[in-house]
Amino acid sequence: MIDARGLVCPMPVAMVQKEVKANAPKEVEVMVDDQCAVENITRYATNAGYAVSVDKEGTDYRLTLKK
Amino acid sequence: MKKVNWIVVIAGALVGLAAVLLTALGNPANMGFCIACFLRDIAGACSLHGAAKVQYVRPEIIGLVLGSFIMALIKGEFRAKGGSSPATRFVLGAFVMIGALAFLGCPLRMVIRLGGGDLNALVALIGFTIGIFIGVQFMKRGFSLRRNYTLGVTEGTILPALMLGLLILVVAVPSLFKFSEAGPGSKFAPFFAALGIALVVGALAQRSRLCMVGGIRDGIMFGDFKLLYGFVAIFAVVLVGNIITGHFNLGFSGQPVAHSDHVWNLLGMLLVGWGSVLLGGCPLRQLILAGEGNSDSTVTVFGMITGAAFAHNFGLAGVAASADAAGGVPTAGRIAVVIGIVFVLAISLLNMPKKADA
Repeated sequence: MIDARGLVCPMPVAMVQKEVKANAPKEVEVMVDDQCAVENITRYATNAGYAVSVDKEGTDYRLTLKK
Repeated sequence: MKKVNWIVVIAGALVGLAAVLLTALGNPANMGFCIACFLRDIAGACSLHGAAKVQYVRPEIIGLVLGSFIMALIKGEFRAKGGSSPATRFVLGAFVMIGALAFLGCPLRMVIRLGGGDLNALVALIGFTIGIFIGVQFMKRGFSLRRNYTLGVTEGTILPALMLGLLILVVAVPSLFKFSEAGPGSKFAPFFAALGIALVVGALAQRSRLCMVGGIRDGIMFGDFKLLYGFVAIFAVVLVGNIITGHFNLGFSGQPVAHSDHVWNLLGMLLVGWGSVLLGGCPLRQLILAGEGNSDSTVTVFGMITGAAFAHNFGLAGVAASADAAGGVPTAGRIAVVIGIVFVLAISLLNMPKKADA
């Protein structure tokens, strides 16, 4: 699970990109606490071929990326 | 996804339109918006510097912060957070301002000047892009100013509250402030018209995540051109607006509030690009984030205001060309830009992840 809470753009997307490029995982979870990060990661992951679901958990967001 | 892209294009187009309108209403030419110049003017109005030609309480800055604040509240995106290396951000903000004032414009004004045909802004764009490219290399390798943390609501509302306070004071007790009688500070759109336009722009910029640095940065890092569309939309609308109003003037010379000191236009904006990547956004984006409750961005804005005051108290800022003189960046300003580049290099290197012990 990638914990990108507390990080401003582009760090959350950069972390996801690093994981995707290194391991090409079929599924990865990302925690963020910023709506902007949700949008940016969703856009990046969708372009990389992942289906993205978002669950709000309090003030945080859990994104699940699945191929 | 397409909806998000169109929001950025529409926001960019409206920002461009607002810039053309504000100049038509009285702001200096090719300066419908300039975050650097306007923060500098506010610093002067508050007597933080003594440069008589650049002192005015720019309502555009007030409107951008409050517009973002209101939109963030409406959308439920206001979050008070901070604690991510604030002192470093303060100094980065100051150097970004010094770089911008060497060029005589923030990244947004750079795009507006490009739309006016000012080729000095093209030189600046090259420097800006190089600076962003360098910053991205550090980001890719793990550069981080560490995470922020949720803070109390009052921390997140500091800048909106200060802007509201400034608005009330300038309207109620204008004698507290300095107002230029000549020079760029004496040219302004009607106060409440500028405020209203900036409120709308601030709200749009918050909603669309508009950022001049982000457009190029995300293109280089991720092949994501979403924000760049906004950048291009601003340019396109300003260009068309200038052509229609007869203010398009292609070339290096005869440009309003500009100079052709090419090396220092390039290096000044290289500093802005690099510093802004480390900060997570351009000066406009810092105002918008501060309006959303990010107190790290608030501290960055304080740093920018301080940098503006230093720039004029110590003769660091670029001097616009005139009929009598070529203008350019004074020696002290060149030294300051070089020190700034050394500083961002040091911050970049010293905030990389540590290698694991063997």
